[in-house]
Amino acid sequence: MNGPSTGRGPLGPAAEALLIPVGALVAAMLLFGLFIAMLGQDPLAVYGLIWQGGFASAFSWQNTLSRAAPLILTALCVAIPAQAGLMVIGSEGALALGGLAAAVTGHLLGEASPAGVKLAMAGAGMLAGGLWILLAGALRQYRGVNETISSLLLTYIAAALFNHLVEGPLRDPASLNKPSTDPIGTANMIGSIPGMDVHWGLIFGVAACVLAYLLVRHTTWGFALRVVGGNARAARLAGLPVGALVLGACFFGGAASGLAGMVEVAAVHGSANASLMAGYGYAGILVAFIARQNPLAIVPVAVLLGGISASGGMLQRRLDLPDATVLVLQGMAFLLILASETLYGRMRLFRGAEAGA
Amino acid sequence: MTDLGWWGVPLGVLGGALRVSTPFLFVSLGECITEKSGRINLGLEGIMVMGAMAGYAVSLASGNPWLGVLAAGFAGLALGLLHGLICNLARVNDIAVGIGLMLFGTGFAFFLGKPYIQPKAPNLPAFSLGGWSELPQVQAALQVSPLLLIGIALAFALAWALCNTRWGLVLRMVGDSSDAARAMGYNVNLVRTLATAAGGLLAGVGGSFLSLYYPGSWTEGLSSGQGLMAVALVIFARWNPVYCFYAALMFGGAGSLGPALQSVGITSGYYLYNAAPYVLTLAIMLATCSPTRTLAGAPGELSIVR
Repeated sequence: MNGPSTGRGPLGPAAEALLIPVGALVAAMLLFGLFIAMLGQDPLAVYGLIWQGGFASAFSWQNTLSRAAPLILTALCVAIPAQAGLMVIGSEGALALGGLAAAVTGHLLGEASPAGVKLAMAGAGMLAGGLWILLAGALRQYRGVNETISSLLLTYIAAALFNHLVEGPLRDPASLNKPSTDPIGTANMIGSIPGMDVHWGLIFGVAACVLAYLLVRHTTWGFALRVVGGNARAARLAGLPVGALVLGACFFGGAASGLAGMVEVAAVHGSANASLMAGYGYAGILVAFIARQNPLAIVPVAVLLGGISASGGMLQRRLDLPDATVLVLQGMAFLLILASETLYGRMRLFRGAEAGA
Repeated sequence: MTDLGWWGVPLGVLGGALRVSTPFLFVSLGECITEKSGRINLGLEGIMVMGAMAGYAVSLASGNPWLGVLAAGFAGLALGLLHGLICNLARVNDIAVGIGLMLFGTGFAFFLGKPYIQPKAPNLPAFSLGGWSELPQVQAALQVSPLLLIGIALAFALAWALCNTRWGLVLRMVGDSSDAARAMGYNVNLVRTLATAAGGLLAGVGGSFLSLYYPGSWTEGLSSGQGLMAVALVIFARWNPVYCFYAALMFGGAGSLGPALQSVGITSGYYLYNAAPYVLTLAIMLATCSPTRTLAGAPGELSIVR
């Protein structure tokens, strides 16, 4: 408002980063309401039930947060390599292999002290997931193979490997209907956060996001990584170890996804089986994009997504709507929020003092 | 039934390739058109599922499966258009929109398709190329759908059109250098939108094959990722429609290798065969890419090969 420039608005870039996605979300809700109304249902009742099923009670929050935990971690698998300018979409494969490695470790060490076993499981999961995505980064760095495609291909290869091992050499003969690995044992399950019925995966996820944020925004390593993402040639001229940075980012991202697999095994399933590949990897990609690759923004986005999916059962029971109703809402919200990306820097309202003119 | 012994394996693979390659073929041709224009649509998976649902519903309502195929094409066209229009906006990432569309398409199809899980809709006809043989296994393996023949014709027609028509030239120019296309006075966004919509149409038709021919009914677990695999397949085929056909046969055959070997008593490695096409695609990329050079034949504007 003060100064010679022509186009300064009253709000700054921080408000822009918040209001644009929220505006897109509201638009998606309205569109969804219209769709519901066209089907002869009351949109307000549907909104109310989504609120009730996702966020209104302690029980629904528990459901929401349990679903958000793996999404937070798989989204990091996209967001950390993205700082170096890589677009990795292989979180699903890293999650599956991380879960498998954790399940095998847990079974092999079954009798040791539970705390040690849990630590070893987390380590094994992170190592497996990290190395898998590192492979995609190495293919890109040393062979010029595009990491988006290679990570997608690696996801399919991981799924085949996973199925081969779970239904073959690693199968627990006792698992008849649903082939699984040997159970890790109840003593080695990671259980719930005290006072809540939400497993520890949520804390892992939030801690990983905070750690990733600090690493990316407040360390020299993170700064170097973002220089590589901004202009790899300039980074090389400046003497930065581009290869090591890219591989490191891929490893950390993959490790987050592998940890998600470990959490799913050690907190939910008790062994590795096909339920691990439930699409958390793909949904995580969207979470990362909506969070604009910002590790701290990943947490609220994942919680929102978890809440919407948690309300599916409620809509089905109360209004007899198909359980896919929430998928429709999620799809609309994603498409509109991704489309709203185009508005950044274009609205006068948000031209802050330093970004003006 | 005579026992074919080991001959059952190649026959099983051939039969499987003929049976399941059609959706691969259509979806990869659609992806090929889209990528030729310089954009990538990862949402073909969702479009395919939507096409399967729409095709089944219309076939059930009208009693004519070909009307179902048409409806599937329209549904695919609409979703493809949506992807194209959203990606026209500045700074919107086509890969992310594709994954969003995958989620939206499958969700929307599951939502609308709930009432169609039980009833039985009329399926597309099949005809056999195996009339010369007396073995029922051979006759069964050589059953093909008319859609496969349409797809093959389309692949060759598309390959011809890309090289020999003005439309094909404009499409390739937009995909190779949007600057050149703009300088020539073509509307880059319009061409890309139309290409994505056309790609969506083909993916929708490919989806209708799933619900109207093989497996031949609408369920929520109908697609096993053929839409996403199409991206790998198009790279494998080096953006050449005719190679897309060969690659579709190979991807289909690789999936049948496990069951075929199982029928002669080899059960180990069942799932590993499924990975064969991906390992092969990765190997080809490894062999032909280098840090200074990208894949031959790739459209220059495509984000994934730059």
